[in-house]
Amino acid sequence: MFETLMLSRIQFAANISFHILFPTITIALSWFLFYFKLRFVQTGEPVWMRAYRFWVKIFAITFAIGVVTGITMSFQFGTNWPKFMETVGNIAGPLLGYEVLTAFFLEAGFLGIMLFGMNRVSARVHTLATLIVAIGTTLSAFWILALNSWMQTPQGHEMRDGVAFPVDWLAIIFNPSFPYRLSHMVVASGLTAAFLVAGISAYRLLKGDDKKAPKLTLKIALTVAMFLTPLQIFIGDMHGLNTLEHQPQKIAAMEGVWHTEKGAPLLLFAIPDEQNKTNHFELAIPNMASFILTHDINGEIKGLNEFEGNHPPVAPVFYAFRLMVGVGMLMLIIAWGSRIQLWRNKPLPRWLLKALVAMSFSGWLATLAGWYVTEIGRQPWLVTGILTVKDAATDIAPGNVALSLSLYLILYVVLMTAYLHTLFTMANRAVEIEEITDDEKVKPVVHSAPIKENNHV
Amino acid sequence: MFEANSLAVIFVALMGFSILLYAILDGYDLGVGILLPLTQKDDSDTMIASIGPFWDANETWLVLAIGLLLIAFPAAHSHIFKELYLPTAVLLISLVLRGVAFDFRAKAAFSHKPTWNKVFKVGSLLAAMSQGYMLGMYVMGFEDTLAAYAFSLLSAFGVAAAYAYIGACWLIMKTEDALQVQAVNWAKKTGLLCFIGVIAVSAVNPLINSDVYAKWFAWPTTLYILPLPIICFALFVYSQMQLKHLPAVNDKGCWRPFVAAVAIFALCFFGLAFSFFPYIVPGKLTIWQSAAAPESLSFILWGAIIVVPVIISYTVFSYRVFWGKVQELRYH
Repeated sequence: MFETLMLSRIQFAANISFHILFPTITIALSWFLFYFKLRFVQTGEPVWMRAYRFWVKIFAITFAIGVVTGITMSFQFGTNWPKFMETVGNIAGPLLGYEVLTAFFLEAGFLGIMLFGMNRVSARVHTLATLIVAIGTTLSAFWILALNSWMQTPQGHEMRDGVAFPVDWLAIIFNPSFPYRLSHMVVASGLTAAFLVAGISAYRLLKGDDKKAPKLTLKIALTVAMFLTPLQIFIGDMHGLNTLEHQPQKIAAMEGVWHTEKGAPLLLFAIPDEQNKTNHFELAIPNMASFILTHDINGEIKGLNEFEGNHPPVAPVFYAFRLMVGVGMLMLIIAWGSRIQLWRNKPLPRWLLKALVAMSFSGWLATLAGWYVTEIGRQPWLVTGILTVKDAATDIAPGNVALSLSLYLILYVVLMTAYLHTLFTMANRAVEIEEITDDEKVKPVVHSAPIKENNHV
Repeated sequence: MFEANSLAVIFVALMGFSILLYAILDGYDLGVGILLPLTQKDDSDTMIASIGPFWDANETWLVLAIGLLLIAFPAAHSHIFKELYLPTAVLLISLVLRGVAFDFRAKAAFSHKPTWNKVFKVGSLLAAMSQGYMLGMYVMGFEDTLAAYAFSLLSAFGVAAAYAYIGACWLIMKTEDALQVQAVNWAKKTGLLCFIGVIAVSAVNPLINSDVYAKWFAWPTTLYILPLPIICFALFVYSQMQLKHLPAVNDKGCWRPFVAAVAIFALCFFGLAFSFFPYIVPGKLTIWQSAAAPESLSFILWGAIIVVPVIISYTVFSYRVFWGKVQELRYH
């Protein structure tokens, strides 16, 4: 029988994993939409409006799931992790509070105008509303990552009677891992949205859609992906170096280094063995891990042996890291391969379009894997050096947590099925609509006439 | 800098403000969901269109209210929600379901629309009822007795009726023709139910909580507080009288029932707040015992002083943009 601690952990992991999928899309998709809208205002080309209209609907549905699944989080802190707020609430509270005040209201407040207000406000105000929503989503990433990073690398506080009190808010917000984690996540969001836009556009092309809009969005998404993949690898490397400095036990788990060694190899694959403190079936590049992490082929990497009883479980961190990096490499190859093909003015072959469709949600996979690395990698701590996960847990009856957890899991299966189904239904429907008519062309400016595809609520 | 005791009062006031705004704003959109007719397609489209641009922002007030409880009174947050663990789970799942149903019903395959309409209606109803149930348990001091559960169930129906009532009043203001006539009928019935609910809670609350009784019936406080139930009663009567004459020629006064409902909500909320202040967990924890560190509260208060007026002004802006009778809701 599971106890409350384990059930609470699974429930929190399930809630936050499911929730993060949707903001990961909307943080960057909002900027895509702002770009489409801006280009339409500048050029008057109806194809930009077509792109905007199609993607704003996907944005709306994704945003809605993100909002409602996020509400659960604000309750769970108190219900399942009461000691978290009792110990570090003086730090976590204001950061969460600023997220609600500056980000949630901003995005929710202007979303109505962005989605439904185009005929009711001027073109400029509507574009501004779109921009404000994009700023709001990005600000929410700022605050929540400040809090998460503080939990990883806390500073700027002092402990009094076992409770953290703020001393320097700037130090708290701009804690050592924050800049890296924030940029890593924002770029991850960019890649997730880019591959989603590319994947759904490729799907439309495969279904015989010969209109301009999906070709245009495919091209833009691939361009973005082409720039962001190498950037993300660079940021990831910096983030890794920062982790080595502040949380070396996490790096040791990621690299599967059981004993401190010089010239550590880069393990492409292995099966970590927690009991015997070794790896099986290693496939490795000699000295490479030391080179990447210390920029010296004989550099020393601290092993897990130095963090006895104070390091995370190795296997999940080790595998998740490889999954993240593997998906990232695949993204790099596909993005560059397809974009170069387009650059040579050649249409993408069907197999490549199919590959892009298959990669539609690759961003989700990489993002989740990355979060598992960093969150499981912080174990056994909830807040490094201050509070362990075990000590933060609630004393609610396990039956209650089991019940709520089962309800959430069922809900998530239903939601995910409906979400994916709806996304592809919308793509199929978009294939059917007519190409831009002359009617649309003569009035490029913004109080545009309704179009067939919108004749439903 | 602010002093610790006054910070607790400021934050409980801010939290109260958010709860009240949440109850009014999400109240009407949950109410519209509760009233959603499953058979008339056009009416349900219009009704949902009337809340489309607002529901996201309305729900954010809940996040703020719960967030303020968590930030400013963490001990109370964990106490209250541990007691209300399962109703909270039901509330959250209902809110998720109705929120996504709103979007799915418009965008999924057309054949699935009736199903999503049902999900929207049931989700709205369950969300309202679980809030009412939680309110009931709170008033009863989380007692584990049959009486407490019975009262909480009554409160669940009361809150659902209250939301349906303010939702119907919203529709009178935002719709025309046959649907408006229908909304007037809904408002009459749900207004009566809501009235009964308010009476029941007001009667039970002082009877079971001796502190509350002492507060309301201590001379001369009674004299100052007496206008509250009287005005509340008068508003119900006024609202029913107005409803008899609606819809009127040129739609005169279509906003009056809604304003009356808002005033009723505010008075009832104030009555409840007055009953329990300064306790945040009835009979157990006061706001001063559970408040977070003053340096943290000061830090967030500076932000709130600047940001909350901005939030209110762009909320007002958004309501002005979508002012008047509802139009077909389309993504442009």
